[in-house]
Amino acid sequence: MSCSVNPYLPDMATILETVQETPNIKTFRVRLDNPDRMAAFRFQPGQVGQLTSFGAGESTFVINSPPTRMDYLQFSVMRAGEVTSSLHGLKAGDKVGVRAPLGNHFPYESMKGKDVVFIGGGIGMAPLRTLLLFMLDNRKDYGSISLLYGARSPEDMAFRDELPEWLSRKDLNTVLTIDREAPGWEHRVGLIPNVLREMAPKAENCVAITCGPPIMIKFTLQALKELGFADDQIVTTLEKRMKCGVGLCGRCNIGGKYVCVDGPVFTYAQLKELPNEL
Amino acid sequence: MESSRYLPEASLDAWLGELASSHELIVPRREGDAIVFGPYDPAVSPDISRDATAPPKSTVFPACEELMRYSSVKDADDPSRTLVRMEEVMPSGSRVVFGARPCGTRGFTVYDRVFDAPAMHDPYYVARRQNTLFVTLACSEAGSACFCHWVGSGPADASGSDVLLVPVKGGWLAEGVSDKGRELLDSPLLAPGDKYAGEAKAAKAKAMESLESAADLKPAPESLLAVFDDMEFWNRMSAKCISCGACTYLCPTCYCFNITDENKGMEGSRLRTWDNCMSFQFTLEASGHNPRPTKAHRLKNRVGHKFSYYPGLHGGAIACCGCGRCIKSCPAGVDIRQIVLAAMDRAKATSQGNTTGERA
Repeated sequence: MSCSVNPYLPDMATILETVQETPNIKTFRVRLDNPDRMAAFRFQPGQVGQLTSFGAGESTFVINSPPTRMDYLQFSVMRAGEVTSSLHGLKAGDKVGVRAPLGNHFPYESMKGKDVVFIGGGIGMAPLRTLLLFMLDNRKDYGSISLLYGARSPEDMAFRDELPEWLSRKDLNTVLTIDREAPGWEHRVGLIPNVLREMAPKAENCVAITCGPPIMIKFTLQALKELGFADDQIVTTLEKRMKCGVGLCGRCNIGGKYVCVDGPVFTYAQLKELPNEL
Repeated sequence: MESSRYLPEASLDAWLGELASSHELIVPRREGDAIVFGPYDPAVSPDISRDATAPPKSTVFPACEELMRYSSVKDADDPSRTLVRMEEVMPSGSRVVFGARPCGTRGFTVYDRVFDAPAMHDPYYVARRQNTLFVTLACSEAGSACFCHWVGSGPADASGSDVLLVPVKGGWLAEGVSDKGRELLDSPLLAPGDKYAGEAKAAKAKAMESLESAADLKPAPESLLAVFDDMEFWNRMSAKCISCGACTYLCPTCYCFNITDENKGMEGSRLRTWDNCMSFQFTLEASGHNPRPTKAHRLKNRVGHKFSYYPGLHGGAIACCGCGRCIKSCPAGVDIRQIVLAAMDRAKATSQGNTTGERA
């Protein structure tokens, strides 16, 4: 929650830089204009924020830079509607509003000493990036770290500037995959759940963190179960349409839980306790 | 200061005039066939002949309110840049709402737990709530769709009110409920009320007797969860629904909202507006996925929220005041009472191994 007394008022922020990740995903690096607010800004990996394009409105995005790197706050936006299209029209120097941090976070403390497998699909890589970089910045706290990142095509793969480093790191096992063969593609081809089965991470003392389209999550969960992962060893984030971000407006509830305050991070065990309305 | 005073019917207009001199006064007014809350006009008597068509919720939680204004201005140091200025818009002024019925004002107690909670303090709601006094009119008899007593309320429920007016001979016994409400009764137009106490008590009892026996809703929270995946049941319950949203807009306890920006040239406003959980778009995600794709899913959530999820979060309190507006105003005849009863029957029958025990 913002320190502001009024939870609906965004902090004014300036776009420092934009990166066109894919034809329809653009990354924004922003700083809060009030230096004291920026200096005092604290968040946890996995928390989200509402980003405003003034005149178009607000939408929810994960803060996908890690709290260990506070030069700026990074949001990656897939163009999907009015607000996101308006955001895509902004450039460095333009003003945006930021209401953050909101929601819960990845249980990174309880994952210390464990192996970690990240499984991201498409824009679902954004929340994973936060935790991945956080863990790489605190590398000694964790066991082996693997990343399986998939997209429909090479062009749909975000964070391409960072992929060479991720692929070359000795302390990170990175596997990239696309759905169908493409010219010049030197990595895996195949759907994420199938590639995951081939990677066959050991479930013992391991946590799997997955985020992506609902259909990918569904089949990834099946694959993880086949690999022996227990429900509380699987962590995911839920996409819901959110508006207020503070548990009031009523559109992101699943039974008595509100994804904007009780989530977006849930273990599969927690999800199974909720009414079936994902 | 006495906590009960007598308001003669002949003094009503004068008292309202007195209230209007110190507060913005909101009263139920006839508009066509409807009775809605609006500003007091000394030339037009309030219509308190029956419960208002629309509840008083807009007096504290407006259908559309400005949260902030913003404007774009050129950066003096760099004209190629545009800066944005924001200005918070906070409600101000004190108001009295006269003539709501107990169910309508009780609705605000449902909001209070959500909008003025330790974990969440909605400054717009709280400012209006603290600066709005309710002079509520106890009901003399039950309407056809009334079921306030099912949800722990009644025709003379004072929860959420500052003054409760109980009909007695030639006027009303005005009972002060809150300190601010008792201050409103400090008027020479009102007389000592002690001798009307017995009559008021009898009137309350008579109104309560006009209601049919209440259903026991204790099993409702668990029952609604038990039938959550029973889509055959929910399809049947929602068969008549046309997703018009009248039930939500007329409900004193529905508080779903949207937040949007509205531009006017180089400036604009951020608005909060009532939203409707019965519409397809309410939960439609940017990806195209919709967790509540059919009206059956949406009706399930609406009933589930009021009678299961909210009670689960708020110590058993039901998020329904039993006013019956959603029943009276539904163009398709959907009756929330029947749905809750049917869910309880269905859950009970299913747990006993049969599925034929439903009432609806």
